[in-house]
Amino acid sequence: MITKEDVEHIGWLARIEISEQETVEYMEKLNSVLGYFGQLDELPTKDVTPTYHVAEIYNVFRDDVVEECLPQEVVLANTEHKQDGAFRVPKIG
Amino acid sequence: MAKWMSVAQVKEKIEENSAEEVTAQYLEAIGKSKINGYITVSEKALEQAKKIDAEGHNGPLAGIPIAIKDNISVVGLPNSCGSKILEGYIPPFNAHVIEKLLAAGAVILGKTNMDEFAMGSSTETSYFGPTANPWDLERVPGGSSGGSAAVVAAGEAPFALGSDTGGSVRCPAAFCGVVGLKPTYGSVSRYGVVAYANSLEQVGPLANNVTDIAVLMDVIAGYDRKDSTSIDSKIEYQKALVEDVKGLKIGVPKEFFGEGIHPDVEKAVWNAIHKCEDLGASWEEVSMPHIKYALASYYIIAMSEASSNLARFDGTRYGYRANGENWHAMVSKTRADGFGTEVKRRILLGTYALSAGYHDKYYLKALKVRTLVKQDFDRALSKVDVLMAPTMPNPAFKIGEKIEDPLTLYLSDVNTCPINLAGVPSLSVPCGFTDGLPIGLQIMGKPFDEPAVLRAAYTFEQNTDYHTKRPSEVA
Repeated sequence: MITKEDVEHIGWLARIEISEQETVEYMEKLNSVLGYFGQLDELPTKDVTPTYHVAEIYNVFRDDVVEECLPQEVVLANTEHKQDGAFRVPKIG
Repeated sequence: MAKWMSVAQVKEKIEENSAEEVTAQYLEAIGKSKINGYITVSEKALEQAKKIDAEGHNGPLAGIPIAIKDNISVVGLPNSCGSKILEGYIPPFNAHVIEKLLAAGAVILGKTNMDEFAMGSSTETSYFGPTANPWDLERVPGGSSGGSAAVVAAGEAPFALGSDTGGSVRCPAAFCGVVGLKPTYGSVSRYGVVAYANSLEQVGPLANNVTDIAVLMDVIAGYDRKDSTSIDSKIEYQKALVEDVKGLKIGVPKEFFGEGIHPDVEKAVWNAIHKCEDLGASWEEVSMPHIKYALASYYIIAMSEASSNLARFDGTRYGYRANGENWHAMVSKTRADGFGTEVKRRILLGTYALSAGYHDKYYLKALKVRTLVKQDFDRALSKVDVLMAPTMPNPAFKIGEKIEDPLTLYLSDVNTCPINLAGVPSLSVPCGFTDGLPIGLQIMGKPFDEPAVLRAAYTFEQNTDYHTKRPSEVA
């Protein structure tokens, strides 16, 4: 079972601010879904290999050559928060 | 102009009149819409059509209008993913499938409504409000590509692109009475499609008939070096449109007819299987014992991948940004305000499933169950050519009916999500009605055996009239 503290912790890991009231709501809804997920425990899988994706492709390489990419001003065009050709964000800590 | 036209009929109209006139008529239908199927209507559609007229209709889709789900990037049109967090974002590049469509001469009508970040089966979680089902405006169109399916069903586009992570093309196709295909994993490039759960999803076409699905697949499928999971299958989809199922072996997995299935859905699907038998196919029951675990496995994997994929939405480079005294606070507030409840729930659950101490219990376990589900498909499809089952266990439900309880909504994906775990192709084709609401027959095949799926669907369609019925609500 997921606790209030767990919800606060995963909210921090996922960088999603969660209010006191929301913590309780999330706890209830998440526990109901996790309860459903618990049914997988009844299935023995000790010797089963996990499948990350089904395409039988492993390493995909390309030649290491310089190609045209988007111009800097185009990349910066979707934000107002920029300075000297870079994205501007508040200080980290 | 008839409201509902096949691509071949649209082509005739273009030759008789012009691409500009045909586009103008679709734009007029969109202007009178009762369903909220589009988030953005392209202001450049007419201009694009005029250009195609001037150039003399070159290309397989010259002048044919198309609607695009709002998670597929088109230069110059907002790409909201049905979310507030992408407010104001305009992609500076086209998705690979859009490049292919434009090269074929298609005219992009606009971007269609969807569950936020494709997370849902009802199109109710969109920041832009729900889309209505053209067959009953009080009901959901299914999701997450609900806008794409609904605009095709309502005659507001001849066909559309959606994306299918756990049923997001097939569910709305079934609910809206149109045809929808989830291609084999790797056949259509995901470059420029906003990722939700990238090991599961594929772009897929929605149309009024099976032929138009094949027409669209011939344009969008193929190798793309910008998608590292791209595979060149070299399939010629339109060549698979053969009206003949003699000798075709159909498997009927009994696990897809589980508890809670609507009796009319069960009846309609069996009628369809018997119809194929009358036309020369044979059928046998097959067992897929791990299907009952597929839903839990699917949701754990999808949420885990989502928690990683959606980390990029942090207010730094595009979209909505909240104020915060430092970077962590800015990002946490941006994501709290910018994402809707269901998206936050899935990110939180995915984060939990991947976090220290729980990774093996949830994520790794789900990946192992995925192997067992895939083996069920391999085994079943080694004996038969295609599998047939209901796409959705029930017809479209009322708007608001299931939105409060996430688990209830998740359970409606029970017959569609196993396919994404296995990566096989699957198509939904109309096969009946219950109380005026469409029912979808799901036809699944071996990896890259879309030809068998299309052949079965095309033959069924040519010998029934379900696909010719139109919703009176929007007529």
